[in-house]
Amino acid sequence: MNNSGVDKTRRQFLTNALTVVGAVGTGFVAVPFLSQMQPSVKAKATGAPVQVNLSKLEPGQLIRVEWRGKPVWILNRTEAALSTLAPLESELSDPNSAESLQPVAAQNSTRSLKPEIFVAIGLCTHLGCSPTYRPEIAPTDLGKDWQGGFFCPCHGSKFDIAGRVYSGMPAPTNLEIPPYRYIDDNNIVIGDNA
Amino acid sequence: MNSPRFNNFVNWILARFPLTKVWNEHLAEYYAPKNFNFWYFFGSLALLVLVNQFATGIMLTINYKPDSALAFDSVEYIMRDVDWGWLIRYMHSTGASAFFIVVYLHMFRGLLYGSFKKPRELVWIFGMLIYVCLMAEAFMGYLLPWGQMSYWGAQVIISLFSAIPIVGEDLSLWIRGDYVVADATLNRFFAFHVAAIPLVLVLLVFLHIVALHQVGSNNPDGIEIKENKGPDGIPVDGIPFHPYYTVKDIVGICVFVFFFSVVLFYMPELEGYFLEHANFIPADPLQTPEHIAPLWYFTPFYAILRAVPDKFAGVLAMGGAIFVLFLLPWLDTVKVKSIRYRGGIYKKALFLFVISFFGLGYLGMQAPTPSATIAARFLTVVYFSFFLLMPIYTRWEKFKTVPKRLTSNSSIGDQLPLIKQAVSDITQDTVVTTKSGKTLHLKTPNPSGLRSASVDLAKKMKDSLD
Repeated sequence: MNNSGVDKTRRQFLTNALTVVGAVGTGFVAVPFLSQMQPSVKAKATGAPVQVNLSKLEPGQLIRVEWRGKPVWILNRTEAALSTLAPLESELSDPNSAESLQPVAAQNSTRSLKPEIFVAIGLCTHLGCSPTYRPEIAPTDLGKDWQGGFFCPCHGSKFDIAGRVYSGMPAPTNLEIPPYRYIDDNNIVIGDNA
Repeated sequence: MNSPRFNNFVNWILARFPLTKVWNEHLAEYYAPKNFNFWYFFGSLALLVLVNQFATGIMLTINYKPDSALAFDSVEYIMRDVDWGWLIRYMHSTGASAFFIVVYLHMFRGLLYGSFKKPRELVWIFGMLIYVCLMAEAFMGYLLPWGQMSYWGAQVIISLFSAIPIVGEDLSLWIRGDYVVADATLNRFFAFHVAAIPLVLVLLVFLHIVALHQVGSNNPDGIEIKENKGPDGIPVDGIPFHPYYTVKDIVGICVFVFFFSVVLFYMPELEGYFLEHANFIPADPLQTPEHIAPLWYFTPFYAILRAVPDKFAGVLAMGGAIFVLFLLPWLDTVKVKSIRYRGGIYKKALFLFVISFFGLGYLGMQAPTPSATIAARFLTVVYFSFFLLMPIYTRWEKFKTVPKRLTSNSSIGDQLPLIKQAVSDITQDTVVTTKSGKTLHLKTPNPSGLRSASVDLAKKMKDSLD
């Protein structure tokens, strides 16, 4: 007790207690404010599997379909394109796709269920641009060692014809392969593994 | 106006609101150094552009629809079918680029005259926060037209957050509100662009000015005018902001509006620098444009991002390039403020920094070829060296004597004889007789005069840079 008869330590305790309770309360109130920015139930619910017919896909042709709002590529690779894969391995950052995302069945040398049909999410693993399909050999802008593949116009990442990233590129991993399966020889379903 | 009723009304107000006090403190009795030059226009111009963005922005929200199915068409509707809609929209888009031009020049003024140094560290920090808010505002605003560049620019910038370890993926999902940039993203960016960030911006501008008026303005000589007060307590080298600088700023505003109008009426897209061509194509989530680059004011940082061959390190370098500016008051601890009295080593360093900033800005607009990447890496090193090596290279700096009082800028009248002298030094009179018999007195270049003039100029440059 001091001269004025006020116990300041008790006041200080009350102030501290109020601060703590207030902070906890603010924390709880922050939850709905922050959570309402999460994807809504509607956004989570969309993303049904997409069925694609491949019978009209010419060798060397790439088509794009939309799945969960993302571009999915389906590319019919030629024998010549497939033959470039093995010699490139020393120049790639993750040739065996150990660090990359793909269904287990597609973690192989061609990164696909059938060697010639390549299915991938067409978004660069760097910052999400959609790389361009550059099948030509040794164009002037990509250099004489270019064997065909994908080139990201945003930040210059290069991928081979199986979506495997070259070493020293901004992109950290190979292009993602979505889950997909064959219904029959000419029809695939993207977004469905079973 | 001096009727008793009017005076009664004024007194009624003044008894309830400190109008005279605020007016005097911030305008009529705010004493600013008397030697402000060209560089001191850009603070008031930034305020003007802010008002322009508010006025035109509010008008645009009247007809704009923040919905991914309607946004692109609603912007075209504003451009074609709304009376004067094109003018309001172009004032807003040109204003965005003008804002960054003005703010970059305003910041560069700080580097020239050491305006961030003690006691103005907080003025600088508030200013930097304004700059960061402006970048957020510009980025979110650019999504709203929902063109190809809007869409893919947002995709790239939001993906930057996914590079952060552990929480990154969830964070970018939280920002987007969907698995890709989508309607949810557009709608929330609209809310932030129109309501949240402008409020923060106004608050920060208020704090910036309050902090400035607490310590007083710096000046091209970098001397504290408050250290030299007359018997009335007023700085001898200070003049009231109003009317002296309000009038000066009005001249600056006239010149600015002239240039602004040229862009606004004759080249509102400015060859794709102020509005990119690809943004006149509606957003297509399946196809990135062949060449994608942010608007010019982000390209230096974008070039730094691309220069680093690692995703997370690239994002860190880009963030660091902005963050390092916040540290400037503590990196440059030299007491001499103005570049007029600083040593050549700082002038050279600042020159290299300006080159690196422009160089990175240029490279950020170009396609990422291997040689461009190497150049960007080199310039990134220069950019960071300017700041991070500052505590080291400023140790060897040789300063000139800082005067006790402000120096005055010589007027054009004073400079006229010097200019005349310089012209007569580098020219000679030649008399030529033409075929028709007329004699002409021609001024032709004098080779020896030109030579000695350029030697003098080189000597002056050398003296200044030593």
